[in-house]
Amino acid sequence: MIHFLQTYGMQLISKTGQHLYISAAALGLGVIVAVPLGILLTRMKHGANAVITLAGVLQTIPAMALLAMMIPIFGIGSTPAIVALFIYSLLPILRNTYLGMEGVSPAVRDAAKGMGMTWWQSMVRAEIPLAAPVIMSGVRLSATYVIAWATLASYIGAGGLGDFIFNGLNLYRSDLILGGSIPVIILALVVDYLLGRLEATVTPRELR
Amino acid sequence: MLLSMEHLNKEYPNGKLAVDDFNLQVGRGEFICFIGTSGSGKTTTMRMINRMLNQTSGTIKINGKDIAKMDPVKLRRSIGYVIQNVGLMPHMTIKENIEIVPKLLGWSKEKRAKQAVKMIDLAQLPQEMLNRYPGELSGGQQQRIGVVRALAADQDIILMDEPFGALDPITRESLQELVKRLQEDLGKTFIFVTHDMDEALHLATRVVIMSHGKQVQVDTPDNILRHPANEFVTNLIGEERLIRAQPNILSVSQIMLKNPAAITPDKTLDDAIDLMHSRRVDTLLVTNAEGVLEGYVDLDDINRITDVTTPVSRFTNREVFYVQASSLIGDTVDRILKQGVKNVPVVDAKKHLVGIVTRTALVDIVYDALRGAPATDEEPASPINADIHAAATHEGGESSQ
Repeated sequence: MIHFLQTYGMQLISKTGQHLYISAAALGLGVIVAVPLGILLTRMKHGANAVITLAGVLQTIPAMALLAMMIPIFGIGSTPAIVALFIYSLLPILRNTYLGMEGVSPAVRDAAKGMGMTWWQSMVRAEIPLAAPVIMSGVRLSATYVIAWATLASYIGAGGLGDFIFNGLNLYRSDLILGGSIPVIILALVVDYLLGRLEATVTPRELR
Repeated sequence: MLLSMEHLNKEYPNGKLAVDDFNLQVGRGEFICFIGTSGSGKTTTMRMINRMLNQTSGTIKINGKDIAKMDPVKLRRSIGYVIQNVGLMPHMTIKENIEIVPKLLGWSKEKRAKQAVKMIDLAQLPQEMLNRYPGELSGGQQQRIGVVRALAADQDIILMDEPFGALDPITRESLQELVKRLQEDLGKTFIFVTHDMDEALHLATRVVIMSHGKQVQVDTPDNILRHPANEFVTNLIGEERLIRAQPNILSVSQIMLKNPAAITPDKTLDDAIDLMHSRRVDTLLVTNAEGVLEGYVDLDDINRITDVTTPVSRFTNREVFYVQASSLIGDTVDRILKQGVKNVPVVDAKKHLVGIVTRTALVDIVYDALRGAPATDEEPASPINADIHAAATHEGGESSQ
């Protein structure tokens, strides 16, 4: 263990950094696209099902295949990995945003409008805060997925902790395999915990 | 006129007319109740006032200004709005909830805080509650906040859509007292949608009865009870309520017998006995030549007199108890019954004799009113709804013919 850290310590830190960067970028993009899209879907009942189904279909493409498909478009490196993981992150966030916004009581929406809030004010002051816990749990789920799948990104040259695992597989060295997978697990757990804390903070005291 | 609604129509895309030529002029400080069966268009009409819905045709003016030309957001901030499901923001404290509209209007923090305290006092709730969340309050307390929140920015017109429908009867009554007080003390104007006839009759200065998008009757509660426009209104009010209301809306003149047995003071004892015999009564009322009531003569008093030519004026009993024709039965019935007299003469404003009320007629009314009351006590299962259903069934029967 100590020997492993002495040899690969620096590498481990930089790979973890890469891993975190790829995951965070993909998740960040996912939130930026899926949350507004989810809100938009609640305003257009007919499109909602189609869009959510489409996101569901994208989710079923095998991770390896999706990563490979990115190479002709974006080449190799972290860009294709971020795009592929971004696509994966969409569905949970999109679905939870949609459900969260739909779950806001019509009475609240009616009261907000009736008291003279603009559409934007109603969103920011009433509806999004009330839907936040559900949206956040979607983000949390996506984060765990993305961190786990980012391991495969190494396969298309994006780096990250997957490098350890793939090297370990190729060289038949279990210390490298464990040296890559254990940090991934820890990373996923820590991020999940932190997002869990955030979810609790955005949950109105009343709804806990 | 504070609020004027002229020739309002609301047609839904499927061609159904939800509101059909609605007209109403509302003065400042009025309490207007819209009442009707479901689908009568009462809520639709109310929601057009703050442009939650837009009318297909017709105009609504507030203080003479056409609201169709106003910014709907600004309009809504100037009109209080209370809905049945309370509509408090569950993620905001009571204070934040009360301050919503003042905040939208850009009031300063200090002014808002002051207003929040004022409003919670108005709601008769403790100030500590300002920092609680709606979920920590009972349904009645939540709706108290809902009501005062609608006044927080000093709105003149308050719209209420069945605000107390989900509350138990005791809580509902205390909330009704609250809004009544706000209307009477602060001069606020209320447009109040309800399906509860007791509520409408109790609160309203005028009631608008609606059915199938049309106004069936617009009048004061008293006039509606006294003269229901048609059978639909009668059914909506309910037989029981009409009977129970009788002592409070019937005047003495409506139950008195006209043409009472009366005699002038210059007639003789002989004439009096003849008259008693022919009318088969034991008391005669004495009036002067102009018909002004002077007293009465009783058969017992006459028995003691032997001279049949004695004029009536000699044995007239001048301590006579009488009532005004225009007074309400409810106000006079106790006095009449406690006097223990069989008959009470009825006079007009100038004390001219116009009729007589018999004890029997009074007792009938009192018992009817009493019988109306216990019947509802035996059936706590919402007699109001039963009335509405009865009215609805009746209505349905009419339209299918």
